[in-house]
Amino acid sequence: MGIGQEAKELQVVADGIRLVTLRTFANLGFGHIGGAMSVIETLAVLYSGELRCDPQKPGWDGRDRLVMSKGHAGPALYATLSLRGFFSKDLLSELNQGGGRLPSHCDMHKTPGIDMTTGSLGQGISTAIGLALGARMNGLGNYTFLILGDGECDEGQVWEGAMFAAHYKLGSLIAFVDWNKQQLDGFTREVMNLGDIEAKFSAFGWHAAVVNGHDPGAIKAAIIDAKLETEKPSVIVLDTIKGYGCDFAEGVDGNHHMTFTAEQIDNAIALASQRLEASREAASVGEG
Amino acid sequence: MFKVLEWFEKSPLLMRDVYCNTLVELAQDNEDIVVLDADLVSSSGMKPFFAKYPERAIQCGIAEANMIGIAAGLSAMGKVPFAHSFGSFATRRVCDQIMISAAYAKQNVRIVGSDPGITAAYNGGTHMPFEDMGVLRSIPEITLIEPADPVVLADIIKQLAVLRGVFYIRMARKNAAAIYEDGSTFEIGHGNVLLPGDDVTIVASGIMVVEALKAAAILRTEDISARVIDMFTWKPIDAGLIEGCARSTGAFVTAENHNIVGGLGSAVAEVLSTTFPVPLEMVGVNDRFGQVGTEDFLREEYGLTAENIVAAAKRAIARKV
Repeated sequence: MGIGQEAKELQVVADGIRLVTLRTFANLGFGHIGGAMSVIETLAVLYSGELRCDPQKPGWDGRDRLVMSKGHAGPALYATLSLRGFFSKDLLSELNQGGGRLPSHCDMHKTPGIDMTTGSLGQGISTAIGLALGARMNGLGNYTFLILGDGECDEGQVWEGAMFAAHYKLGSLIAFVDWNKQQLDGFTREVMNLGDIEAKFSAFGWHAAVVNGHDPGAIKAAIIDAKLETEKPSVIVLDTIKGYGCDFAEGVDGNHHMTFTAEQIDNAIALASQRLEASREAASVGEG
Repeated sequence: MFKVLEWFEKSPLLMRDVYCNTLVELAQDNEDIVVLDADLVSSSGMKPFFAKYPERAIQCGIAEANMIGIAAGLSAMGKVPFAHSFGSFATRRVCDQIMISAAYAKQNVRIVGSDPGITAAYNGGTHMPFEDMGVLRSIPEITLIEPADPVVLADIIKQLAVLRGVFYIRMARKNAAAIYEDGSTFEIGHGNVLLPGDDVTIVASGIMVVEALKAAAILRTEDISARVIDMFTWKPIDAGLIEGCARSTGAFVTAENHNIVGGLGSAVAEVLSTTFPVPLEMVGVNDRFGQVGTEDFLREEYGLTAENIVAAAKRAIARKV
């Protein structure tokens, strides 16, 4: 199978995750839609083989780990884990329900398949480093994946971790920055200009690359490159659109956490279904 | 079981050496023990550990928040991390990392904060934690310990190598008092009754334990019988012991090298006021910042003396109904 065909099939996975994520939000009428939508292609690539895991054994020692440091993207990860078989689709109805197992931000003790509790921004890089160091000490070849938000990079702790990971040559740490260019209060260039994220990480001693974060083939290729880098931690800056694939949220102001009407979400779900059908069609044509 | 020495004096041992030597010894059999420090290895006395186990000793640089998160991640991989910084930077600077990455995430992290209160001496107000225990005391499920002497410290470190949870150890670095006989063992969450007494209970911790014992001796010359407790665990506080002492002595004094706001006095008051209210007087830092000076100067400046405990005991007894 060529990379082109593989990319098409990964797009089918991504569109499936997007549809399930939107359905998961639907009953609530609110949620962190923007930042969930923008990381979906990356989650599709990770959970289609790049991240070793066993849905039947979420606690398997030999698994790779994912730290969703932008913990508010939990719902996209929950949809991914459900589709990957970590838990039943029925559990998705517990999102943000009191006493439920799917809190708004990721909790490793509540949800099967979540490797680290997150939600207070900036902290995931450090816990990911701890996981990667621990794996190295245990003589395991696990990768530790980390998803940072771009706004999250305002936090000083991110750069403490960046310096540490390079100093300790943590080649098994592969980070993503979801460069969707928006944070809660507005566009990152206005709230707090991040400048050149790739150059900043490079300057800290990381292997850095920028890819189209909505192109699964490009993301996969970047991950494969990152795995070849054993002496440096890697960062893949995902050039994304906040709210991507959800028409009422995509690129609009105030899409970090938003409320929506039943009509809006129904329409978005219908569009996402059409998109999934189209990508399935494209993948099957390619296969034939 | 613990045995109290007959005479209290300075221990010849440095607390930091005890901390290091205990971990060096434990690490021989427990390969999961990992030590982290934030550019204070020389101060924390951990150089021998770093020399002996370089692959398990992690220099984090001056980045305490990152250090706590790394410790949490290591614990998720089955490691047994001990992370050290000066008390102020091991707590107030990293409160959210301790709260979320460690405690909320139910990791197993041991944090050692050195130079409690006035023992920070010449490092002054920026480095003088009167707030460390108070900052952490409102974090659920955390255990807060202040060992008063090297025997308690060594025993606690041994226990923490096995116990799971988030622990903060408030550790003097230099010579502490010698209070307990070698080989004594201690039960986390249970105060140690060092002296019997019927008229008043003095609950002390850290460097104030010896001051409390001195105060009891002074009170005895005035026919006042004071019970002295080393409350080395601030959280979970030994509520049963406090209530029992309230019922049998009817008056309390707390003595701490910490702000009385949010500290040991507050913890004792929370128990007394909800179980068996009796008069309580607090000896401690009266909501002030630290400053430079010798430990003796600072002890007088903040009133952390046996004489103040004596006066407080008399006030508490006078308030008995």
